[in-house]
Amino acid sequence: MLYRSVFPGDLLSQLERLQRGMRSASELSPSIRGLGRGGYPAINVTGTPQATEIHVFAPGMDPAAIEVQLEKGVLTISGERKPEAPAGDEKVAVHIDERFFGRFRRVVTLPEDADPDGVVARYRDGVLQISVKRKQASQPRRINIQ
Amino acid sequence: MSTSNENHTGQGEALLPAVDVFEDEGGITLFADLPGVPREQLGLHVESDTLTIEGQMSPELAGSGEATHVELSLPRYRRAFTLSRELDVEKVSAAFEHGVLRLRIPKASHARPRKIEVQVG
Repeated sequence: MLYRSVFPGDLLSQLERLQRGMRSASELSPSIRGLGRGGYPAINVTGTPQATEIHVFAPGMDPAAIEVQLEKGVLTISGERKPEAPAGDEKVAVHIDERFFGRFRRVVTLPEDADPDGVVARYRDGVLQISVKRKQASQPRRINIQ
Repeated sequence: MSTSNENHTGQGEALLPAVDVFEDEGGITLFADLPGVPREQLGLHVESDTLTIEGQMSPELAGSGEATHVELSLPRYRRAFTLSRELDVEKVSAAFEHGVLRLRIPKASHARPRKIEVQVG
């Protein structure tokens, strides 16, 4: 499978990718599945004690063509991006060709306390937003002193 | 919906959106990937011979809580292109859907500054 950088010409993000790569290489115990960088689509993950939020930057998709699967704490996002036909199909010259097309698949390992029944996904402005609730038991609780 | 430069982000740091540019006998078609940008935060500007595409992501994409994994670290995009003389910037049409911008710039004779209307669909 061929993966291409989302923003291939962006020096800043390339530098950051490099920095992160160095940082993760020096990590003592990275996740066994890691979270491969530079693949398509780009993913941001944020978390609160109540939920984990995953943003998948996959523009121009039919939401029905994106598959989101959760199995044993591993979230898989896959689909296929089909190329649009440029206007006028005869004698078309391609000057710049950077956008990703084809099948993609990315995997995110969720926290152990992720609730498989508390997953909500929606697609908006070309971003798939997946919210995964964390189980009640693991949320911080205030303990009353008697 | 019209776009304006109210949200003009100036020269701050921005992501470079991936684009495809095709040319046929009638003109140029440009596609740009701007995931996370709502229609009202998309800005297209033509000034003399420069076309600038700008977009600001919606704030909710920053997520809540602590960022544990970040691949897109900036909330905005910007990219500029130099247009050639035979392109008619008066007749540029634009569509923006699901974070993908499609611009059509037909060929003609001259160029002068103007704003571009973004149409639904």
